[in-house]
Amino acid sequence: MKGPLLQVQDLHTRFETYRGTLRAVEGVSLRVARGEIVALVGESGCGKSVTALSIMRLIRAPGKITGGRVFLDGEDLLAKSEAEMRDIRGGRIAMVFQDPLSTLNPTFTVESQITETLRVHGVASGAEARSRAVELLEAMGIPAAKDRLRSYPHELSGGMRQRVMIAIAVSCQPELLIADEPTTGLDVTLQAQIMDLLASIKQERGLATVLITHDLGVVAQFAERAAVMYAGQIVEECPVSQLMAEPLHPYTRGLLRCVPRLGRPDVPISPIDGVVPDLVNLPDGCRFAPRCPAAMERCGQAIPRLYPVGGERTVRCYLHEPPDAPATAREGD
Amino acid sequence: MWGRFAGHRLLQLIPVLIGVSFIVFLTMHLTPGDPIEHMLGQAGRITQAQIDELRSHYGLDRPFHIQYGLFLRNAAVGDFGTSYSHQGRSVSEVVAERLPATLELTLFAFVLAIALAIPAGVFASLRPQGPFDRTATVAALLGISMPGFWLGIMLMIVFGLRLHWLPISGRVNLALIPQYVTGLHTFDALLAGQWAAFWSALKHLMLPGLAMAAPMAAMVMRMVRSSMIGVLAQDYVQFARAKGLPETAVIGKHALRNALIPTVNIVALQTGLLLSGNMIIETVFQYPGLGKLAVDAIAAADYPLVQAVVLIYATSYVLLNLGADVLHAALDPRVRLA
Amino acid sequence: MLRLLFGNRVAVAAGAVVLLFVLAGLAAPVIAPHDPNLQNASAIRVPPLWQAGGTGRHLLGTDSLGRDLLSRMVYGARISILLGVAVVLITLVVGTALGMAAGYFRGWFDLIMSRVVDTLLAFPFLIFALAIMAATGPNLVALVLALAFKGWVDFYRVARGDVLAAREADYVTAARGLGASTPYLLVGEILPNIIPPLIVLATLRMATIIIAEASLSFLGIGVPPSIPAWGTMVSDGRADVAAAWWIATFPGMAILLLVLSVNLFGEGLRDVLDPRMRK
Repeated sequence: MKGPLLQVQDLHTRFETYRGTLRAVEGVSLRVARGEIVALVGESGCGKSVTALSIMRLIRAPGKITGGRVFLDGEDLLAKSEAEMRDIRGGRIAMVFQDPLSTLNPTFTVESQITETLRVHGVASGAEARSRAVELLEAMGIPAAKDRLRSYPHELSGGMRQRVMIAIAVSCQPELLIADEPTTGLDVTLQAQIMDLLASIKQERGLATVLITHDLGVVAQFAERAAVMYAGQIVEECPVSQLMAEPLHPYTRGLLRCVPRLGRPDVPISPIDGVVPDLVNLPDGCRFAPRCPAAMERCGQAIPRLYPVGGERTVRCYLHEPPDAPATAREGD
Repeated sequence: MWGRFAGHRLLQLIPVLIGVSFIVFLTMHLTPGDPIEHMLGQAGRITQAQIDELRSHYGLDRPFHIQYGLFLRNAAVGDFGTSYSHQGRSVSEVVAERLPATLELTLFAFVLAIALAIPAGVFASLRPQGPFDRTATVAALLGISMPGFWLGIMLMIVFGLRLHWLPISGRVNLALIPQYVTGLHTFDALLAGQWAAFWSALKHLMLPGLAMAAPMAAMVMRMVRSSMIGVLAQDYVQFARAKGLPETAVIGKHALRNALIPTVNIVALQTGLLLSGNMIIETVFQYPGLGKLAVDAIAAADYPLVQAVVLIYATSYVLLNLGADVLHAALDPRVRLA
Repeated sequence: MLRLLFGNRVAVAAGAVVLLFVLAGLAAPVIAPHDPNLQNASAIRVPPLWQAGGTGRHLLGTDSLGRDLLSRMVYGARISILLGVAVVLITLVVGTALGMAAGYFRGWFDLIMSRVVDTLLAFPFLIFALAIMAATGPNLVALVLALAFKGWVDFYRVARGDVLAAREADYVTAARGLGASTPYLLVGEILPNIIPPLIVLATLRMATIIIAEASLSFLGIGVPPSIPAWGTMVSDGRADVAAAWWIATFPGMAILLLVLSVNLFGEGLRDVLDPRMRK
């Protein structure tokens, strides 16, 4: 098959607030191949969830996608009608959210929430939808699946809810799954179980996944490639093995230093100094410059581009600027 | 599980109803005058034996707590004694005659209020601070700040006396009264297929119904609006969209059902106030229902009748709250277990 | 806090209107152009100034007994506000005291109170007042009691809930640890912390009470007929709507304007004092 499954190009999403324009996502580009797991990493508020919602075209007023392209298998999603998008949402691209208790509707049974999706996408209805729902729950490793159909979300355990939510997401055989912090708030054992489940779904169904997380441990274990986001921009993108072995961007290095290393008590944990910039009043140059230990004078003047480093890697930092590059870069490249 | 839930709540109502009946009994007991003399006031010549018989029937010769017990026992079988002001007819007979009219008007006002409030609240919540929301908010504020009797009179002046669109008193064109089945003229007319009568009855309900519904519609609309705004920000609404549901299903099914949960209690509370509104609005429009009956009974010092009507209203109010609790549980599965 | 309140222009304007009504009520004998109860057989149903037949002597016209509407309305403000304030104060004090006691001491007192409250809540407010007024006939003391009889329940519930929460709050634990007495804890520590929502509730209840009083007066079981009251005036005008629309219209407008202003002021106050309820 030709081309990536998902290709995001130069995406811009803004929110009009009473304080001014909030530039949540600025110039994000991302490629996900079929069957690939790509992690979108960053602290909360860095724009990773907004990126996900933009791909789904679920940004609502006062937010707006102000520029860029989102291609799914070569088709531009931003040019589609709302009705076409509805078929794609839940049909070809599915999404799971962070907190399954608040994501599942408290007033409907598990059955109704699964079969509803099957029905709107014309996959199955009536008794067939019901038996599909049972199969799905079983595939998610839920015991006594038939009995669970009549349950309400509040009657299930946290891990079970997470499985139900994933069952709903994959019910219509999507090609792409966007998982927004799927393991946050779960205890470690459950985290591993859910991630194993996602990995096995990927194996069986060839499902490509955008894994949104701030948990570098999860990234290291499950993702193939990672894109690190900071203040609305991607600052580094590369295969996960490279990212873990040798982070290049000062922000990524800082992030990795925040995580305790197993078996390396000699490596101290240190937080990144300073605070995330206000997305309404962004600094002029590199967004990480005010907190960057390696900041130079030019970092405060213009935003660096994403410079290629080796074959599969890009970094948005002047430290890795190739010698032949032009002196300055356009903003939001 | 359903039966048990309702049954349990029903049992909880018994002490409340006893308390209510006690207060009613007490207030009436403290009113001056001898009830028997009142009852017999219009009956002409009577023997002392008859007086004594009535006195012992209602237990007026017994101590206070026995009297209350007898009152309860009699009330339980619908015996509230004889009305002072209706030519010696029994209270229950007089009440039964007026009940359908009030039921019809209240039902109409209820449906009208809900039919106005829920769509308006939902639409307002979709674009907070938008033109519709602002208009609806101002209208709602006027609705809760306006005395119902005055709104009734204003409607009467504009739509009845100036525009001559709608009748301003009574229940139906007297020449068109449909055959008695339920006592609700609109229903009876429909059952008999008498369109002219139905139309006439409906037109008579219009102004009093609107005046009665206005404050309730305002309160319910405000509640629907604010809880919809809260619900629309929830993850499950976003998830419903991410599942590919059309916006109508996202809002009409996923969001609305959750928004209605807190609304149910306001609806019950407001329906209770609707019942109070009966008296005022029926007085304004000379509508021959229970509320007007109560007001007239007070003017005529017809205590047994007042007692009965107050008790009926209080009981319906209590049952209404029970209904709200059951509906609450039906809408919100999280409540059922608790 | 005051700055926040003054920042809300609607609430400020509403507060000014309420103040105007209060002043008008207080100064009624001075500003009313006529004796509100003076009947004048030669000036019956005089229309308001701007209508054909209207005169400057009676700006808003007269009723079916020739009484000056404007004068009666000014006096009506007096009784409406007086009753509203009296009832709200009584219910605020009684409800808060009982609610704080129930919330702080729990136990049998709380249990009994919750039964009493359940029973009172089962009564629709107006019907309850009606039952009382029917027994006593129109008189002011009975009216205040009838309006207050159930009204305290709202304050009781808010005070009880807030005290329940405050009991466990750190500042109370700290004060208790320092050896503060129970009365001091309740009045000195807890009360100041729970009073803002109660004040907001009191303001909003005032609006309800004014409408309830007017409704009872309209039904002829509220303010005695010898005292000019808005509800009574609308009732007088009801019989005359076909011949003289103004008699019922103006007093009702006064109710609407006062209640609307009280509501707007209360909501503005809530935004400032009770952040939990903020929109």
